[in-house]
Amino acid sequence: MLDLLLRALFGGLGVAAVAGPLGAFVVWRRMAYFGDTLAHSALLGVALGFLLDINLNLAIIVLCVGLALVLVTLQKKHIIATDTLLGILAHSALSLGLVAVSFLDNIRIDLMAYLFGDLLAINQADVYWIYGGGLAVIALLVAFWKPLLAVTVNEELAKVEGYPVEAIRLLLMLLVALVIAVAMKIVGVLLITSLMIIPAATARKLSKTPVQMASFASMIGCLSVCGGLWASYRWDTPTGPSVVVCAALLFLVAYTLPFKRLR
Amino acid sequence: MSKRLVAFDNIGIAFDGRVLLENIDMTISEGEIVTLIGPNGSGKSTLIRTLLGLQEATSGEVVRHKTLRIGYMPQKLHIDPTLPLTVKHFLALVRGVDKQQILPTLEKLGIAHLLQSQVHVLSGGETQRVLLARALLNRPNLLVLDEPVQGVDVNGQVELYNLIEGIRNELNCGVLMVSHDLHLVMAKTDTVVCINQHVCCSGSPQHVTGHPAYQALFGVPGADESIAIYAHQHDHVHDEHGSILSDDGDAHAHCKHH
Repeated sequence: MLDLLLRALFGGLGVAAVAGPLGAFVVWRRMAYFGDTLAHSALLGVALGFLLDINLNLAIIVLCVGLALVLVTLQKKHIIATDTLLGILAHSALSLGLVAVSFLDNIRIDLMAYLFGDLLAINQADVYWIYGGGLAVIALLVAFWKPLLAVTVNEELAKVEGYPVEAIRLLLMLLVALVIAVAMKIVGVLLITSLMIIPAATARKLSKTPVQMASFASMIGCLSVCGGLWASYRWDTPTGPSVVVCAALLFLVAYTLPFKRLR
Repeated sequence: MSKRLVAFDNIGIAFDGRVLLENIDMTISEGEIVTLIGPNGSGKSTLIRTLLGLQEATSGEVVRHKTLRIGYMPQKLHIDPTLPLTVKHFLALVRGVDKQQILPTLEKLGIAHLLQSQVHVLSGGETQRVLLARALLNRPNLLVLDEPVQGVDVNGQVELYNLIEGIRNELNCGVLMVSHDLHLVMAKTDTVVCINQHVCCSGSPQHVTGHPAYQALFGVPGADESIAIYAHQHDHVHDEHGSILSDDGDAHAHCKHH
């Protein structure tokens, strides 16, 4: 039992640590709905992974990146407002995923675990994926921190100064896709975005530089995982939602208590 | 002879069949200050965006000198309020910036005290200077300033114009400036180019220092040396859609540089 809990804690902390800084970018660039869309499509990735018998994490990443590319292409054509487009894609992808899963007669999938996450069900291989993927994400974030931030702050200035804006935007999408694939087991497709944006939003209140916000978001995410797991253990609540509730409570605390707002 | 940094060669831009710019010929050389003026929707910003590589020309070509390095000061700066950012961090984002230069640049622009300020709390004039600092930190030989004095009062305009002139003298860089005002331009401007889809007229601003009407309007110390009135010499008129109204039907025969 303790083994199980420790592994869950270990995995959860890994996910939260990565989701924090990336969540900051999602908040800064107002990509929350975009992240949701990618997350919702992850279920389709799972179904396709089973159908084609390929690694699930890989299937999710490929599908997320593919969808991100489709999104960017459609967005450029200005066929329809972006939020409408995202709404269409998000729910179509989710529904398509649910339909596809229903075709998998001979394989039993715990749908709830994929939708809302099951921290206690992660195995050793998942932990490797979390830390492998997580380290890759962190390494890329550190290596490309300045261009990523420059493009986020002002794309036109960045472009005039010679940053490869399109490539950087693509990199960010790739990172979001990676985090979704990695975090999916923990909080599920419906709650991933919250694990990215709630800690980041909470960290905003306490930070005066981007680096501070990104690292505080990591820490707050880790706190939420600890709190959520503890609650889950104590009261037998579902782990994924417990983690999100904990993150939301921390957000409330940060914004209601009279902390001195750093400027 | 000073180096020619940029030449617009017969630039034309159309969107969905709507002509925004046509037959634009214009050059900017080292040490030269060019002010671009024109009414709203005349294509000033589009022309600037073409130079910056943010917009493709439909026809014609922008010929850039191989040493061209642009420092761009956009009209406004919108940074999402969820992104905490100090002036120092904002300026450190310049590609390949020498961080040692940040403070001296701010000192030169008289805003060293803003180094640790959040970018969200800056006033209009402070923001303009921070943006100018960012443009300078890119070590440009051409400064492109999009409405640098927009929303700045006359005193502030004079100060900004003096700063820009000082920078030009120090770096011997070219300056391309868009002005929101059709008649008041920086007095040290070498060339004023008035566009409205095409080049309507261009020339040097007339010096009107000492003119009573001018001083009555801008009786501010120093103002008479930094701001000048530009008298347009159009040989044609535009209708409300911006098309040229012409007697002989051959409008472009008149659109020569003066």
